Amino acid sequence: MFNQPPVRAGADASEQTPAAVGFPSPAEPFAEKVLNLNAHLVKHPAATFFLWAKGDALLEAGIHHGDLLIVDRSLEPAPGRVVIAVVEGEFVVGYFDRLKKRTPSLLSQNGPSGKPESIEIWGVVTYVIHTL
Amino acid sequence: MSSILCDREKPACGGQPVSDVASNKTIFALVDCNNFYVSCERVFNPNLEGVPVVVLSNNDGCIISRSNEAKALGIKMAVPFFEVRDLIEQANVRVYSANFTLYGDMSRRVIHTLAQFTPEREIYSIDEVFLNLSGFERAGLSDYARQIVATVKKWTGIPISIGIAPTKTLAKLANKQAKKRPELKGVMDWSALPDPEERLAQIEVGEIWGIGPSGERRLKSWGIETAHKLRQADDQWILKRMGIVGQRILLELRGISCLPLEMVRSPRKSVLCSRSFGRAVEKLNELKEAVAEFTSQAAETLREDRLSAKHLTVFCITRPHSEQARTHSSTVELPVATDSTPELIRYALREAEKIFFADGRFKKAGVVFSGLVPTEEVQTDIFDGKNRGSAGKLMQALDEVNARLGSGALRFAAAGLLQSWRMKSSRRSPRCTTRWNELLEAKTIA
Repeated sequence: MFNQPPVRAGADASEQTPAAVGFPSPAEPFAEKVLNLNAHLVKHPAATFFLWAKGDALLEAGIHHGDLLIVDRSLEPAPGRVVIAVVEGEFVVGYFDRLKKRTPSLLSQNGPSGKPESIEIWGVVTYVIHTL
Repeated sequence: MSSILCDREKPACGGQPVSDVASNKTIFALVDCNNFYVSCERVFNPNLEGVPVVVLSNNDGCIISRSNEAKALGIKMAVPFFEVRDLIEQANVRVYSANFTLYGDMSRRVIHTLAQFTPEREIYSIDEVFLNLSGFERAGLSDYARQIVATVKKWTGIPISIGIAPTKTLAKLANKQAKKRPELKGVMDWSALPDPEERLAQIEVGEIWGIGPSGERRLKSWGIETAHKLRQADDQWILKRMGIVGQRILLELRGISCLPLEMVRSPRKSVLCSRSFGRAVEKLNELKEAVAEFTSQAAETLREDRLSAKHLTVFCITRPHSEQARTHSSTVELPVATDSTPELIRYALREAEKIFFADGRFKKAGVVFSGLVPTEEVQTDIFDGKNRGSAGKLMQALDEVNARLGSGALRFAAAGLLQSWRMKSSRRSPRCTTRWNELLEAKTIA
């Protein structure tokens, strides 16, 4: 699969331990890289996009108004996953249901005419970042 | 057919006809993003799907990208916006100002997505990449390329076309064919054609990569109207009349590769920053503001590449689109090559004063740095008297702040605060992949 570019360690000055002048640090041989949240949350950088969530309709999924959605376009949507979909030209976030007659649909989707309108899956939401 | 990816023979270069039966030869695949700027807009605005869309150049001057629907309306590439304004309004064409921040980011994503398919590539432009597909013949080149097309579309939303051939020139032609014929599903392998000669006979010489309008006129005056006729021409005869460049094109049409894959960017020779103004600039202080701003931006590029400049040129243009367009320029040699913004601004402003004249209506200005040397190798002057170490630290701090807070967050007062000469980009879409405050929203539904 996609090879991630090497994580740039010590890009930030605060991530580096200032060298001791007296005794060498006994921790030095065990040093590991600082945890990189970006690398943890973004598995496919080329295919990952960020969007803001609007509205509180998906509280049960842990998504609140104003939360940051991390969206990976490279993943295949599976039933029950939270996805970004395009419904009548608008970006919406909701549960993916399944493919009905080879067209994707969202769970409990109530179009204005009562029947599900044509939608397109834009990406799969992998994480939500919520301020406490 | 089995070939090893690394340890490949260098492709034949120069004008020497070489037999092209080396087993490890490059298989060129030209990846070209379809209507790239329009496609970028569509990824983040699905309402633009299926309707005519155009993107305007800097300063909303000319059309630089068109959707297929806009092409079908007869809107030509590079025409000034005002010439087609009526047509655009009648047909309800959606118009966008160029959002190069977004296009640059999407280009980076496309290139990274391609990286999983082959290690050898040449980034040719913002929307074109040459790949080497040698070693993937077993998978079936067309099938493999279709997989690339599907993956790039899924990961980035950008539609691409791929032309495959033994030379770059033929790969370009194959790519055009792939775009023209929907039944090919975005991929054309020139080598798989049953009738390549016949196909070349349908292509005018003007369509060939590297043949400009004057080359086309000359070739046609000699009776060489099609790519096929050029391919059949005597290469020594063409060499005499069109030089090595012409001969290379002819050989490339015969399937003999003369232009290798350039995987490493050649070192920078100069840095240029120039822009059209939103309105004609007539005052010296406005011209100086603009020159200071361009100098700051170019200096940032200079430092990114760890280079310093020895020469600095300032130029301005009056009436760029008319017959009497005039360029005024002035160049200075710096005592010591530098990458320091305030120092460069000081020299640039002095040159700006030299080229300014009363009753000039300036439409465009720019700054060029040349005589570039790696900053670590700068020859200092014993009489220099400048503390270059602390200037370097200041520039580092400046670049870090601007990287964190967004380009232009911290800038020199000489560049002005209002910048009323700035170009128009009134219809620009959000920079939704690089700015937190411009991300798109998704409505939650349950």
